[in-house]
Amino acid sequence: MEKILLLDIPNYHRIDVYREHGGYETVKKAYSMSPDEVIDEVKKSGLRGRGGASFLTGLKWSFMPKTSDKPKYLCINGDESEPGSFKDRQIFEFNPHALIEGALIACYAIQAKAAYIYVRGEYHNWIEMLQKALDDAYSMGLVGEKMKETFQTPYECNIYIHKGAGAYICGEESSLMNSIEGKRPYPRVKPPFPAQNGLWGCPTTINNVETISNIPAIIKNGWQWFSRIGEPRHPGTLLFGVSGHVMKPGVYELPSGVLLTDLIYNYAGGVPGGKKIKCVIPGGSSMPPLRGDQIEGVKMDAESLKAAGSAIGTGGVIVMDEDTDLVRVLARITKFYYHESCGQCTPCREGTGWMLKALNRIARGQGTTSDLELLIDVAKNIEGNTVCALGDAAAWPVKFMITRFRDEFEKAVKKEVVMPVASMVHSMRHTALPLAELKKN
Amino acid sequence: MDFKFTEENLSRIESVRKKYPDSKAALMPVLYIAQEQNGYITREVMDEVALVLGIKAVDVLGVATFYTMYHTSPVGKYHLQVCTNVSCMLKGGYEMLEETVKKLGIGVNEVTPDGKFSIEEVECMGSCGTAPMMAVNNDYFENLTKEKLNEILDSLK
Ligand SMILES: Cc1cc2nc3c(=O)[nH]c(=O)nc-3n(C[C@H](O)[C@H](O)[C@H](O)COP(=O)(O)O)c2cc1C
Ligand code: SF4
Repeated sequence: MEKILLLDIPNYHRIDVYREHGGYETVKKAYSMSPDEVIDEVKKSGLRGRGGASFLTGLKWSFMPKTSDKPKYLCINGDESEPGSFKDRQIFEFNPHALIEGALIACYAIQAKAAYIYVRGEYHNWIEMLQKALDDAYSMGLVGEKMKETFQTPYECNIYIHKGAGAYICGEESSLMNSIEGKRPYPRVKPPFPAQNGLWGCPTTINNVETISNIPAIIKNGWQWFSRIGEPRHPGTLLFGVSGHVMKPGVYELPSGVLLTDLIYNYAGGVPGGKKIKCVIPGGSSMPPLRGDQIEGVKMDAESLKAAGSAIGTGGVIVMDEDTDLVRVLARITKFYYHESCGQCTPCREGTGWMLKALNRIARGQGTTSDLELLIDVAKNIEGNTVCALGDAAAWPVKFMITRFRDEFEKAVKKEVVMPVASMVHSMRHTALPLAELKKN
Repeated sequence: MDFKFTEENLSRIESVRKKYPDSKAALMPVLYIAQEQNGYITREVMDEVALVLGIKAVDVLGVATFYTMYHTSPVGKYHLQVCTNVSCMLKGGYEMLEETVKKLGIGVNEVTPDGKFSIEEVECMGSCGTAPMMAVNNDYFENLTKEKLNEILDSLK
């Protein structure tokens, strides 16, 4: 089976080994094409972003203005802080040169002056690995001012690594740009989109680490080759990170469209103790969870998961067995979003707090049925009413977990309904009992 | 308490600035350098960072207090970060946190009196496939068990 990123070649992270296998040769091929031809090749390949939204990469690149009096930039998103996602880390460790080579080609396609690779601060040791790879590429004249000579081209660009400092929100594209600029990293209101107004107000394209790392193989082998791997509507291989209750958790590079059950039972070795699956989150904690009885026949690609009522996200699959306490899981997920909300919009800042309080109440055995309604109500009020998608990411797990596992949440709460004051007054108007009687109860 | 960058760090700052078109963008790397030198980031440190970069102190404050990895109060020589997010939780993340608290006799966000250890409960660190995990300063320790955790803590001198 074909792999593109996590190859079984020893020491592939080393520049000498990478070059022995044809590494950095594809830059020459790309630079012999026009920038638009490179964009066209990526467009035709059908490559979709691996950072969560599965947006068409070639199309995104084509949004960049062809002429601009300002410099242009490429941002590469390696913030990787979505719970359940741990795939970009494998690229930093095992194939950093594919990322660097991909950056050289992508920069050329959009005519960027520089690329900034944003890596979460906790990945300190992986940043060092990537920095070593980058230093090697610089010293061989593959990046920076010596490129012109090496590749016999008038084009040159620089690649820099920017280290994050522990904030999930910096994975959001406009927050990431503010973070690089040294500003408080609040997400920006869109439009304008990064292609018009990105880093330092300049035209900017942002892509995920895995997305960019796929570029060299696409240019080397041609769009036809890539478009035939996996599901035609979401082609290529994906790095699936499987965690939770499985025998062999880890990152598996497989063609898109692999069956979710295949991934869990064949590749990740199934559930310990032969237990049944209660719940699977298929794409990182922000994506709607599926019931154990909903996963049969579900394929792992953007379109199939959408049809199944969830989303591919970052391909981080979290498996929970039949004994899992979903109230605790949802409370923990919600605590994460409460902690990571930047606080800029009221629905997200306040709503995540309310949801967390209600869920903790239920987890302590003090919740009531009306808490479930409250949770769904708050979630619906956050969704679509915020500056960035963190709001939706916080709302979805609550909304879908409670509706899809209603029985489990019902069991965890007390039956009596604590009526809000307004409805109490309203209901009194319709009662035949005298008020005095009611007050006694 | 006055804070001044060492000569060596000033030259590191100079080279970091070259990565960006303006000096404000060097703020995050410079805060890391400051934290490395001082252990944590005080108001005096922030003022000095502002001065060196030629930006406003309030802008430094806004950034330094936003991120969890910039410490505005002292942490231990070994800063223990235990993940309790979903994938770790499913594999015993909270048990690891409890064991750490029990063993060191301090609470989360506290430092031992000898200044050797501090504990932080952290969000997902990207170790979901090797859960549960704890980071000691910059180093990840994964696939933890209580025995392994105790061994690691005992080995930290
Ligand atoms: C709260 C939030 C966090 C995000 N975190 C990441 C991340 O860590 N890595 C990433 O590549 N994309 C992340 N994204 C998505 C980015 O905004 C952006 O869509 C993506 O980097 C584009 O790359 P792609 O087109 O290659 O997928 C996040 C989005 C949101 C709303
Ligand atoms: S939705 Fe939340 S995280 Fe996003 S900008 Fe608003 S408050 Fe900040």
